[in-house]
Amino acid sequence: MSRIGSVIKKELIQLRRDKKMRAMLFIAPVMQVLVLGYAANMDVSDVPLAVFDQDMSPQSRGLTAAFQNSAAFRLVAAPVSQRQLSSELDAGSAEVGVVIPPSFGRDLDAGKTPKIQVLVDGARSNTAAVSLSYAVSIATDYGRKASASPLPAGMETGIAVPSLDARTRVWYNPELKSRLFMVPGIFALLAMVFTIILTSLAIVKEKEIGTLEQLMVSPLRRGELIVGKLVPFLLVSTIILVLAIVAVWFFFGILPRGSLLLLAALSLAFVVSTLGIGLFVSTIARTQQQAMMFSIFFFMFPMMVLSGFVFPIANMPVVIQAVTYLMPLRYYLVIVRDLFLKGSGMEVLWLQLLPLLAIGAGVLGISVLRFHKQLD
Amino acid sequence: MKHRIGAIARKEFRHILRDPGSLGALLGLPLFLLVMFGYAASLDVKNVPLAIRDLDRSPESRSLASAFFAAGDFVTAGSPETPGEEASALDEGRAAAVIEIPRGFARDLAGRSPAPLQILVDGSDGTRAQTVIGYIEGLCQRYEQDLLVADAARLPAMASAESAVDVRARVLYNQDLKSVVFLVPGLVALILIITAVVSASLSVVREKETGSMEQILVSPVGSMEFIVGKTLPYAGVGALSATTVLLTATLLFGVAVKGSLVALVATTALFIVACLGIGILISTIADTQQVAFLVGTLATLVPTFTLSGFIFPLRNMPILIRLLAHLFPSTYYIQILESILVKGTGFATYWQPCLSLIIYALAALLASAARFARSRG
Repeated sequence: MSRIGSVIKKELIQLRRDKKMRAMLFIAPVMQVLVLGYAANMDVSDVPLAVFDQDMSPQSRGLTAAFQNSAAFRLVAAPVSQRQLSSELDAGSAEVGVVIPPSFGRDLDAGKTPKIQVLVDGARSNTAAVSLSYAVSIATDYGRKASASPLPAGMETGIAVPSLDARTRVWYNPELKSRLFMVPGIFALLAMVFTIILTSLAIVKEKEIGTLEQLMVSPLRRGELIVGKLVPFLLVSTIILVLAIVAVWFFFGILPRGSLLLLAALSLAFVVSTLGIGLFVSTIARTQQQAMMFSIFFFMFPMMVLSGFVFPIANMPVVIQAVTYLMPLRYYLVIVRDLFLKGSGMEVLWLQLLPLLAIGAGVLGISVLRFHKQLD
Repeated sequence: MKHRIGAIARKEFRHILRDPGSLGALLGLPLFLLVMFGYAASLDVKNVPLAIRDLDRSPESRSLASAFFAAGDFVTAGSPETPGEEASALDEGRAAAVIEIPRGFARDLAGRSPAPLQILVDGSDGTRAQTVIGYIEGLCQRYEQDLLVADAARLPAMASAESAVDVRARVLYNQDLKSVVFLVPGLVALILIITAVVSASLSVVREKETGSMEQILVSPVGSMEFIVGKTLPYAGVGALSATTVLLTATLLFGVAVKGSLVALVATTALFIVACLGIGILISTIADTQQVAFLVGTLATLVPTFTLSGFIFPLRNMPILIRLLAHLFPSTYYIQILESILVKGTGFATYWQPCLSLIIYALAALLASAARFARSRG
């Protein structure tokens, strides 16, 4: 027991001595939460819009105003030719273009259905679909209102048409802010990056400078060495996560709706699996450079893209979906988001916890075995 | 001078060749990543799990329910029996939306009074939820229109009752709104910046750690010579992996080089130089590979993923964060790639990011040479 204690102490002293490392450990999580929290925003608002108004009638100006008054669009240009409009779109200074034909006001007054053209920059396909549907609904709404006000005389108005009255209620995130969804994800990402990098590098470093052999000829048992190596990083990652939670709360006013205790317990389950990955990487890599490459390319990068942080898992081909079941981040993301947004409890989250524990135990077991064999 | 640069470059090149594992990783992994992400990374909203609780159980309510699934955007996520089951379907994430068709739906429709529908949407992922709501509203409108048409068949006078606006929508550049088209520029930038920055910074820091740096410092090699010599081989590796990545994107994902090929090559070279400059700069700050690697990741992987406009639109960011985003070369490079690969627009639309990239590359190289000279002095 005291031997484990001395390995832990040695590891902590080493961390404390490396000033730059220390600064990285404590400033980086806060910076990341701050920058990413503000940046990770996919809301469709203030989309730059150019209106080519060929009509210049009160009606066409009314339509332009309707676009301008919506939160989704911001009028940035009023081109006077089709060419000017396309060059605005080409240069990306406008992402949506509206062409109002010369007959717009006349048609509207005559009770005919006026035509307008909406051009959308599809290069950014994630927001293009939403801005397109906003543009269409703004134009149709305006058309309904404008054509309804001056009712042509003699027209039967009493006819009721069959209609639906859809009452939509949004749960968990009623304002549909993407930030509420992304910030917990960033929290999960931080937990992963730090634990994997710290653990893998700490062990490979001793291999590289040769001090691992010294540890092996000491009376230290293998298990004691591993525990002594992992515990300090468990402590450090706990501090990092607490810092990250405080930063999330301080800067964005977001606190988990669920229990903090549950978050801590489930995070522990996750960190066990990432520490296991770190240890695993350290058994494959001979140099720190290799360790970094392995952890980035084989673990962190794929998990960032494939575990549902940004890209929905449901969209992926079946083969890749099957691979995502092996990624601890997949389960932890659901846990963190459910705890932050839905305030779920164990009755829902056990579904995520079970695979997480199984993977954690598996990864840690394999790495410990591999590590043992290498030491012999 | 040329001779000395050549010597350093040769030495570094030998380092790379002696470690075929790392070289293979530098060339093979980007390709593997592009293929995997090209197929996996999609922001399209499809196969949305939808639960419908039909309390009316009339032909009308059933036709509405089947109209929802017929469009292909939704897949069924069961039919909850109680309000509690509705809530738990959303809580557990089994359904992204629940529609409740109340009793008397068919009666209301026939009686021409608005037939109420209760719709619950899981808003956790706000962006996705917006699209889901759009789908649902669109389907409701289409259902209304179908009813109207059916009515109009019986009462011809009603055909012209509705006069809204006929909106002709056209999507430019990426007609099918395929995510992969819009993701490829970001992926190319991401892969290039990681390999260039990490390999360049580690190659210098490794010499510091092993002590061979001091030997170089006492040799007659100048700072600029050292840096140029160090970066040249990695520029070659970067160019090679850029070519394979872009070729694969073209062959597998139908991303055509719509703009000028010359501009593509030139700007990619600029970007690689800028990345290598950052890598060397990091190596002058960090003393250990561990720190170099952490700084490198935080300066490349994370900002390229989140700040460069790759996924999150720049216009949504507060001004300070937007300024920060412009400190990273991938922001400019992605803009350029978007013009060349996705839009196919001319140089006039992307000369600004090009200029920024040129300034950036020069500044990064000069700054790293200056810092290196100081650490030597």
